[in-house]
Amino acid sequence: MATSEPGATDTASLTFPPPWNRRHLLDLESLSVEEITTLLDTADKLKTLTDGCRRKVSLLGGRTLANLFFENSTRTRNSFSLAAKRLGADTVEFSSSGSSVSKGETFVDTAKTIQAMGVDWVVTRHSTPGTPHLLARELQCSVLSAGDGAHEHPTQGLLDMLTIRQHRGSLAGLTVALVGDIAHSRTARSNMWGLRKLGAHVIVCGPATLVSPRWTELGFEVAHSLDEILDRCDVLNLLRIQFERFQSRPFPSVHEYANRYAMNGQRMRRCKSDILIMAPGPINRGVEITPEVADGPHSVILEQVTNGIAVRMAALWLLAGAEQGASSNYE
Amino acid sequence: MSEPTPILIENGRLIDPSQNVDRPARLLLRRGRVEAIDPGDDEIPLYCHRIDAAGCIVAPGLVDLGAEFREPGREEDETIQSGGAAAVAGGYTSVLCLANTDPPIDTPAGVELVRRIAQAAAGPRLHVVACLSEGRRGEQMAQLGLLAEAGAVAFSDSPRPTGNSALIKSALDYCRMFDIPIFDRPVDPDLVNRGVMHEGCVSLVLGLAGLPTEAEDLAVARDVRLAEATGGRLHVGPVSTMGSVDLIRRVKSRGIRVTASVCPQNLWQTDEMLRSFDSRFKVHPPLRSARHVEMLCQAVADGTIDAIQSGHMPRSREKKMNDFDQAPFGASTLETSLAVVATRLVHSELMSWSAAIERMSTAPAAIAGIEGGSLAIGSPADVAIIDPDEVWTVDSEAFLSNCQTSPHDGEEVRGRVIYTIVAGEVRYTRRPALEHLAISGN
Repeated sequence: MATSEPGATDTASLTFPPPWNRRHLLDLESLSVEEITTLLDTADKLKTLTDGCRRKVSLLGGRTLANLFFENSTRTRNSFSLAAKRLGADTVEFSSSGSSVSKGETFVDTAKTIQAMGVDWVVTRHSTPGTPHLLARELQCSVLSAGDGAHEHPTQGLLDMLTIRQHRGSLAGLTVALVGDIAHSRTARSNMWGLRKLGAHVIVCGPATLVSPRWTELGFEVAHSLDEILDRCDVLNLLRIQFERFQSRPFPSVHEYANRYAMNGQRMRRCKSDILIMAPGPINRGVEITPEVADGPHSVILEQVTNGIAVRMAALWLLAGAEQGASSNYE
Repeated sequence: MSEPTPILIENGRLIDPSQNVDRPARLLLRRGRVEAIDPGDDEIPLYCHRIDAAGCIVAPGLVDLGAEFREPGREEDETIQSGGAAAVAGGYTSVLCLANTDPPIDTPAGVELVRRIAQAAAGPRLHVVACLSEGRRGEQMAQLGLLAEAGAVAFSDSPRPTGNSALIKSALDYCRMFDIPIFDRPVDPDLVNRGVMHEGCVSLVLGLAGLPTEAEDLAVARDVRLAEATGGRLHVGPVSTMGSVDLIRRVKSRGIRVTASVCPQNLWQTDEMLRSFDSRFKVHPPLRSARHVEMLCQAVADGTIDAIQSGHMPRSREKKMNDFDQAPFGASTLETSLAVVATRLVHSELMSWSAAIERMSTAPAAIAGIEGGSLAIGSPADVAIIDPDEVWTVDSEAFLSNCQTSPHDGEEVRGRVIYTIVAGEVRYTRRPALEHLAISGN
């Protein structure tokens, strides 16, 4: 599907990692344009090298990734596990239910225990923003955020950007709308920082109760009507309404929401002919997206899933290099 | 108890806002009281301690309108002993302690218990802010009359906000009989939900739930209106928003008897600090944006805000070690309040030393209706001696408080308490212990 073909086809081009100094991947807000580009370039190369993320290459044999999830997840957790396995690393799973966390241990102690078992990367998801940052201060191994509350979900932002870049070659000058529950979305925040750094124009669109006017002060375009922005957009990223996070309902009914914001066949006809439809999933069919759009020719939702493995392989590989120093040989 | 040895404080700059004094002077303390200002040589007792306060400010000891000492029941956070040690190290000679203990202080026996423990602790004078409501549940008035008889100086459920408007109205009305103030921490509980920091651009970016300024503004508006309607004595604080300042300024101009206070950290730090996700910046009231901080400083300088209170909310390290949502609000501030005010307000020339001491000593003593806040002859010998220019770096590990969490950790500050004297006794000094023991004699 990729329109930009990465050049590398063998491991030789990967034995010397590109310049990379970070030990952790916690958010996209703090990454530079060069760092994000390096991550995306590396993801493209690894995707090619693993034959579209399907084949195993033993770049990181003998290393171990620990999934430490304090919130439910299947796709992100499995995506990280697969990324590690495709690179030849081992994985170990911890979840908050059934482990020491449910016995009253603090999450820092849990993470330190896991580290003491000799892991190289801790992948963590938590409902509280900043938790990966706290772990990064406490642990010696690499910490990767798999989402912290409504703060960021950096690998999701990267995989969304990678998907767009594969179709358009570049993000510069594109108009990308993030539609839906911006208030509670870590995916939105990671996309906003990453896309803007790479030159895209970002619109956040949704009900006024879920899209703060303060985003304008931070330099993003705010819209409350999907219909008014449709014809300007190159990409629509349809975010799930996170019903589980509401204290009081931010809109009167799902019916009213879908009426204003659901991407359906009728709205598709008013879009640019080459528009990309994305969704981070899980999708609520009939709420933010109708089946004909989700399964239609403009949808790249399943490519996003494959690219998730690619960016996670890239992140693991680059962070491992930062830990070892640039001259390490991983073969 | 034996009478303390008289103390003569020499060579200092006496600042006493209660007498409008700011000049070099000698101060003689005797029998727990201020005996003389600039005594003649023949008035100085033959046997007395002399303290050389050259280069220092001699001021009435600081008075705190609300610190939490957490005893009984929450001693892992603070005890009356450890909190008292922290207070005198911060220059406080009187502290009003809040009732959020376990059980809460809502009975005369509770007031008596705290007073007794405090007497043995040799810290500052301790006064009790008893519960406003039974069990701090925010439903029915506590036995306010009996609590007042037992010595409570104010009533409050703080740090829990009083969401129940009928309760606060009744209490303001009822307390007119005792002339005791109601302290309310102004927060509309319906608007704060799960908020953990100031609601603004920073909370938006961090994805942390916000505490909106209007939650405070609404509560202040309600409180001042009820104070006006009942004629009761109301103190709102700590406040942290421009909206509160505006409301307080307006009601004061109409002659309504309302006072307000603010915490030092809200005069300095902004919500930008939260970008570190470090729970030591999770304080209440939350660190607000720069515009609010600026406005609060102005309001303290022009007297719209009457007093500065420490906002000491000690919480044990294991509690603060939690993730940001779970970690409790709170930090240890008694030992840094004066230095923060000096650095932020005095050395920046926003206000004079005299005004700063007025806000931290004379005004709070008047609000609480207690002795202190003055060095007039006959006043209690409660004195803070301050080196206005000592530059030091805050190190929470060195705190005397049980709680070693500070939003100011690592900050360089200017101005430090050198001696704290309570009832004529040195309760804290940074000088070698014997230096002040020079015995006079001819």
